[in-house]
Amino acid sequence: MKFPERWLREFCDPPLSAEELGERLTMAGLELEALEPAAPPFSGVVTARILSAEPHPNADKLRVCHVDVGGEAPLQIVCGAPNARAGIVVPCALVGAQLPGGLAIKRAKLRGVESQGMLCSARELGLSEDHSGLVELDPDLPSGQDIRQVLELDEAVFDVSLTPNRADCLSILGIAREVAALTEAPLRAPQPAPVVATLDAVRPLHLAAPEACPRYLGRVIRGVDAKRSTPEWMRRRLERSGVRAIHLLVDITNYVMLELGQPLHAFDEAKLQGGITVRWAKQGETLTLLNEQRVALAPDVLVIADEGGPVAMAGIMGGADSGITLDTADVFLESAFFAPSAVAGRARRYGFVSEASHRFERGVDPELPRRALERATALVLELAGGSAGPINEAVVPEHLPRRDPIRLRSEKVPAVLGIPLVPERIFALLRRDFIDVQQEGEMIVARAPSWRFDLVIEEDLIEEVARLHGYDEIPALTPLAPMAPLPAPEGERTNAEVRARLVLRDYHEVITYAFIDEALERELLANAAPILLANPIARNMNAMRSSLWPGLLQALQTNRKRQQARVRLFELGRCFLREDSADAAVPGFAQPLRLAALAAGPVVSEQWGIPSRPVDFYDLKGDLEALLAPLSPCFEPASHPALHPGRSARVLLEGRAIGWIGELHPEWVQRLELGTAPQLFELELDAVRHRPVPHYLPVSRQPVVQRDLAFVVDAHVPAQALLDALQGESPAWVRQITLFDVYQGPGVEPGKRSLAFRLTLQHDEHTLTDEEIEALLQRLCARIETQFAARLRQQ
Amino acid sequence: MIDPDGLVDAARQAFAAAADPAELERVKARFLGKAGVVTEALKSLANLPLEERKRAGAAINRAKAHIETLLEDARESLARRRLEAQLAAQALDVTLPGRNGGVGGLHPVTRTLERVEALFRSMGFSSVDGPEIETDWHNFTALNTPADHPARSMHDTFYLQGRDDVVLRTHTSPVQIRAMLEHTARHRDAVPMPDLRVIVPGRVYRVDSDATHSPMFHQLEGLWVGKDVAFAHLKGVIASFLRAFFETEALAVRFRPSFFPFTEPSAEIDVRFTSGALEGRWLEIAGCGMVHPQVLRNGGFDPESVRGFAFGMGLDRLTMLRYGINDLRLFFESDLRFLAQFR
Repeated sequence: MKFPERWLREFCDPPLSAEELGERLTMAGLELEALEPAAPPFSGVVTARILSAEPHPNADKLRVCHVDVGGEAPLQIVCGAPNARAGIVVPCALVGAQLPGGLAIKRAKLRGVESQGMLCSARELGLSEDHSGLVELDPDLPSGQDIRQVLELDEAVFDVSLTPNRADCLSILGIAREVAALTEAPLRAPQPAPVVATLDAVRPLHLAAPEACPRYLGRVIRGVDAKRSTPEWMRRRLERSGVRAIHLLVDITNYVMLELGQPLHAFDEAKLQGGITVRWAKQGETLTLLNEQRVALAPDVLVIADEGGPVAMAGIMGGADSGITLDTADVFLESAFFAPSAVAGRARRYGFVSEASHRFERGVDPELPRRALERATALVLELAGGSAGPINEAVVPEHLPRRDPIRLRSEKVPAVLGIPLVPERIFALLRRDFIDVQQEGEMIVARAPSWRFDLVIEEDLIEEVARLHGYDEIPALTPLAPMAPLPAPEGERTNAEVRARLVLRDYHEVITYAFIDEALERELLANAAPILLANPIARNMNAMRSSLWPGLLQALQTNRKRQQARVRLFELGRCFLREDSADAAVPGFAQPLRLAALAAGPVVSEQWGIPSRPVDFYDLKGDLEALLAPLSPCFEPASHPALHPGRSARVLLEGRAIGWIGELHPEWVQRLELGTAPQLFELELDAVRHRPVPHYLPVSRQPVVQRDLAFVVDAHVPAQALLDALQGESPAWVRQITLFDVYQGPGVEPGKRSLAFRLTLQHDEHTLTDEEIEALLQRLCARIETQFAARLRQQ
Repeated sequence: MIDPDGLVDAARQAFAAAADPAELERVKARFLGKAGVVTEALKSLANLPLEERKRAGAAINRAKAHIETLLEDARESLARRRLEAQLAAQALDVTLPGRNGGVGGLHPVTRTLERVEALFRSMGFSSVDGPEIETDWHNFTALNTPADHPARSMHDTFYLQGRDDVVLRTHTSPVQIRAMLEHTARHRDAVPMPDLRVIVPGRVYRVDSDATHSPMFHQLEGLWVGKDVAFAHLKGVIASFLRAFFETEALAVRFRPSFFPFTEPSAEIDVRFTSGALEGRWLEIAGCGMVHPQVLRNGGFDPESVRGFAFGMGLDRLTMLRYGINDLRLFFESDLRFLAQFR
């Protein structure tokens, strides 16, 4: 809500500067967004009447004007404006004037002709960007008046941001009421006297949807002159309120709306057929609106209809065909109450908002239509002439919004706010807010004024009390609460602990968008049914990610473009999958938290002590194992559409598939122009967070024995299979089996490899005998040799 | 006659002159060996009268003991010198960089998140989480924002194709509803019902993108429902949190009336630094209020027996203020040159 200061002060004028007033409004919930002067500072500019404008002897485009600036003799001024002509009144910067931008006016000779000042355009005075010609002022103005006073340029323009609950402040009257409540300055809102009808023309009214429109007032005004120009003062106020002046009749309706808050509509009376009905639209009806948009009216759109069909979307916008033009002679003025629920959301659905719909969907005072109609009529008669018929009002009182009494327990106010407030103070504050209050025992019974749609329950009144008392007056108290420990399950790592593990292994955390390119979902992740946004912010951000990898790969691309060879990143975030499960937080979707990491480029940063080599699968696998330690996951060869088929594995933890690890598929390395292949993993976060709580076992005092076994097996046999077999065959006193060497080369036939295991043996109870150990080794060898066609490698 | 003191002095000099253990042993033989000077001296006493022999014998034996001690010292000293030489030869250039000393870093928003969680945890707030594809009911309706409510236009909402009952959550407030429903169900039979004190950090989404708006950003929701909760406590908790977060007392906090469909009374929270790099104008930092009774009801509480306060603030904004970051988009560009500044 933008408005000029003087308009407000006409209604309520507290002894505060514009800045102080703005601060008070802000601290009352009407946030001051901007407070700017109506015009930048300048001086020495007065009204001037052009007495004559003759061609310049030496320049085609210049004229030599003689102007009256109220002094004894006219001034001679050379001017290039196309509209410079005798008879008009314009701003004139006198010699010595200071214009915006630091321009100082001096006596000068222009192409040999003396010029004693400058006639000004709007841009030269900083009033607008208009530089098409001189500002033409009211021709009746006397000469020599300070332009700053004439145009009220010293006033401030307020821009106040209103929350949706305060539609009552969408007018000068509303702001003035608020200022009066805040400052206790008197409210001086004009109550226009009813215009006496001099015609008996009446258009019949029918409220066919009284729940949506319980009150409708109409008035016929005949014989207006729509071509008359809007007076300067009205134009100025409209423009300073951010409303473009259009032509007189429209300007009057807008002016009254800004002043009182009641949206009005003016029809061209000659274009209406028969009576007016306010009803819901019928299937198939269409309407061309004033903004030239042709809309199909849905049955939940309220319309104003005449006998020929809809002529306006009620409370939203009028129709083009019945709208007033400069040729309109007879006007039908509408002033009505439309229920917020009958207007809400409709305009947005058709892709626009209007000043009217913005107000009606938030709530316009149902008692305002008559007052606004009288005000508008008076302005029309005064400024456009004509004669008015009587007001015709249709009303269905039981559908008007009710202001039911609200019962406020006076002890509840201090309890909710946390400050002592006596009932007398509560009473006084509510009264200042135009709320009708009565005492009934311990109860305050309040009735909100007709313009307040936001005061319905006890809490709403408590907010009003707090607001007028001042939020600043409420102290900041430290609450008292019972001391009780919060749960801290040791069997679950916190997200912070998970992140810390990766950070210590030289990964940087990133946060990437949850929406990615649908093409990546379909092709990189082979997701045939991606979850798509209906209104994405960009075409390549239209699908909800089902994996964190696309985001990490994009992050890699970004960093590659910035010459970062070594990139190690992780992200912890949600992924989104279509899934029907009974315990889903939102039916139809699984939204697991996952942890993913990417490593690309040299395994370590360039340094003297470690030779450089590219990061590989086993580096990343080591990081993954460290992340999950002390639990050890299993890795099962498996293919994933994004990964190199020979370098990818499903990760299993305690039998559950918890994610994937692998090298990016070479096709994708090429397609994403990554140069070298990154290594990736992605795990379900709940699995990573899981950690067993340690349970102490007595440390054995028996000696430890180590034995090594090396087997030559077919190179395709996974090492894990051998480990599993060895473990399966081992008694509990085999404490650990470690794969410590993998060898291919001389001594091992081609196509085979040697895998060497170190066994750590220790019995709880006794020292192991050679016989026991020998028996174990034979059993293990036999198992491996038969199961994998392996042979024991001779040391 | 042999001078025992002279013997000792001679041995001391000879031992000190020995350059290595072998030479020392040779020198030792000269003094203490079978034909050494000490042995010879003792032998030479045989011809002396008894009294004199006793006295001279004792003196020579003292000198011998002394020489043996000197020998031990000399041996130790040689060994020590050898070790020192060895260690000197093994010395490293300790100024060479350590091997593989890389360490990564947390995203700055996560850094903030972890600090915020710790601060609120110290005040008894636990951290909870909720879905990011959220039902329209949880995101709007249960928070007093039914379809067509003008407040919905304050949120530019992302919708999904083919499902008009869900949205990408526009704020973390729907988790208020989830947390309340879970709490009231779990403590259905508890008298009195324990307070609910939670914070909800998380990612939220709005159709908006420029230097100060990102289509995805982070919020922190806080909620306390209990019997004696009041607006003044809300002010106290927020103000003390902000001063702890920014680690300064030079922070003015003001609450000004505002509107949210799910709180009543409602407030915006502004902060102003009164010294330091951020000193200056009021900065909007959070929205808050007393939980609307209908929202308490939607969460399974009886608004006649409990009250609550709630607040929501931008984690990204807190992070930007804390670290002097001026462009929100940096958070989502994954540029290592930016990220590496946060370790």
